[in-house]
Amino acid sequence: MPLEFEKPILELERRIAELKETARSTGVDLEAEIRLLEERLARLKQEIYGNLTAWQRVQLARAPGRPTTLDVLEKAFQDFLELHGDRAFADDPAIVGGLAYLEGQKVVVVGHQKGRDTKENLYRNFGMPHPEGYRKAMRLMDLADRFGYPFLAFIDTPGAYPGVSAEERGQAWVIAQSIQRMSRLRVPAIALILGEGGSGGALAIGVANRVLILENAWYSVISPESCAAILWRDAKEAPKAAEALKLTARDLLAQGVVDAIVPEPEGGAHKDPLKAIQNIKEALLKTLEELKGLSPEELYQDRYRRFRALGAYAES
Amino acid sequence: MALERLFRRKRPSGVNRDVPELWTKCEACGVQLYKKEFRENLYVCPRCGHHHRVPASERVAMLADAGTFQETTGLKPLDPLGFVDTKPYAERLKAYQEETGRQDAILGGTCTIGGVPAVLLVMDYAFAGGSMGSVVGEEIARGAERAAAEGRALVIVAASGGARMQEAALSLMQMAKTVMSLDRLWAKRLPYVSILTDPTTGGVTASFAALADVIFAEPGALIGFAGPRVIRQTIRQELPEGFQRAEFLLKHGMVDRVTDRRKLKGELVRALRHLHPGVPYAAGV
Repeated sequence: MPLEFEKPILELERRIAELKETARSTGVDLEAEIRLLEERLARLKQEIYGNLTAWQRVQLARAPGRPTTLDVLEKAFQDFLELHGDRAFADDPAIVGGLAYLEGQKVVVVGHQKGRDTKENLYRNFGMPHPEGYRKAMRLMDLADRFGYPFLAFIDTPGAYPGVSAEERGQAWVIAQSIQRMSRLRVPAIALILGEGGSGGALAIGVANRVLILENAWYSVISPESCAAILWRDAKEAPKAAEALKLTARDLLAQGVVDAIVPEPEGGAHKDPLKAIQNIKEALLKTLEELKGLSPEELYQDRYRRFRALGAYAES
Repeated sequence: MALERLFRRKRPSGVNRDVPELWTKCEACGVQLYKKEFRENLYVCPRCGHHHRVPASERVAMLADAGTFQETTGLKPLDPLGFVDTKPYAERLKAYQEETGRQDAILGGTCTIGGVPAVLLVMDYAFAGGSMGSVVGEEIARGAERAAAEGRALVIVAASGGARMQEAALSLMQMAKTVMSLDRLWAKRLPYVSILTDPTTGGVTASFAALADVIFAEPGALIGFAGPRVIRQTIRQELPEGFQRAEFLLKHGMVDRVTDRRKLKGELVRALRHLHPGVPYAAGV
């Protein structure tokens, strides 16, 4: 399903394809017309993709076909061995994780997992974890610390699941614990926001030495829809809320909330997932290299300083 | 300064403005209450036991030993994102500041509690719903660091709708900042007691408030991650009776004790004395 703002591009692409087909089937020379339209297409793409609004990026961050955690684990890593369960209650399909190699380097990985179709989305609860998901993540953090392997987290959730069962099992408590557990890692920790970084449910696996973000991903304290529903009393004002929340990659870089932006292919990661995953892999390798020289204690202190410094206030 | 603030306090949220000044009404059972007595009863209804919200300054007076509280808070909020919804954030801040006489949603300082040296931080629900932005996060981190540096216990009274939307991702980051600052207390074996009052939800519950050595909750307080309205919308069903109330959390193992406000100081002192390595056993304290 095309996104609304992409429709002019798709329309032009369709016309070019039609012309090419006509040229092929009739043998008429339409070379000049086609070239003209292709130039127009390039300008149009530049105009639309070069000036994306915050709300348009939010839509790209949710676009079907965008790489999910498992896509990244399968394509950028070698021999991903998925591990299941929180050893207390259940296995949460909304969070996946396990052991993997990145260019031969041993790492522990975890990430929110959205479905790649409706059926899988129901199974994955749309990437909204229950407490057991965060307990699984903490288990994997323990594993990373125990063996001294870097810990890599992929963030892609609208938020932690807001439901009765989640509350009964202490959603707030496990998010707090996961923040604390991750902050105490004595190994290099990198978080990468793939799509949606929805609030505490995202931050629970986001307390890393370096936080990276895909170009069109978003990260904030609340989703634009929920923010609009509260502050504007109308969820339809989400585009305004998206703008006000300054939730785009570039805004977050300026605030110091993220450390680097990973570029996406033109039109968004879903247009060329393999290219996006290649960019992710390169960014992770580069960041791991940067953290290489730090001792376990220095890694902890580095993370402490990183988060301690965030915020804007004036002394009294 | 601190004392001035005590007297400049706002009326409690339980006050119904339609009834004459000397009297108020219980929010739960509707009984007429003589204000002076209501205050002396710590804003607990003598008939039905309903715990009404307490202004931050009076909370300090309830918990700190008389005459020991020295305020340390006072950081000023900024508007880092230039946030405007139906009103500019800067205007909202100004209105809250005028209304509460406070810079932001937290009042804290050093004191003793039952003789135990402490840093006491109280969130102020009257200021933007007690929401946590950069100032609240920084004051909590500084409070924890001060407690660690000066050998004090940390006591935080939570009352908050969660992280503050108008500072967006920076508010979210305060969750990590506050949690991490608690490590300084861990390193020094100093106690941290959290008191959850009505309401404590969102990013405040899901960060420092949930990570204390001992967690008290006040009877009937709404405590949780998601607010009841959001949950109702998600599951499209009515919520079970007593859902997300303090007693529900006790039953599910999330808090240590649900304590009547009139006994809270006594229990807090006992917990602090038990926990603080520097305080010996003393019979009948």
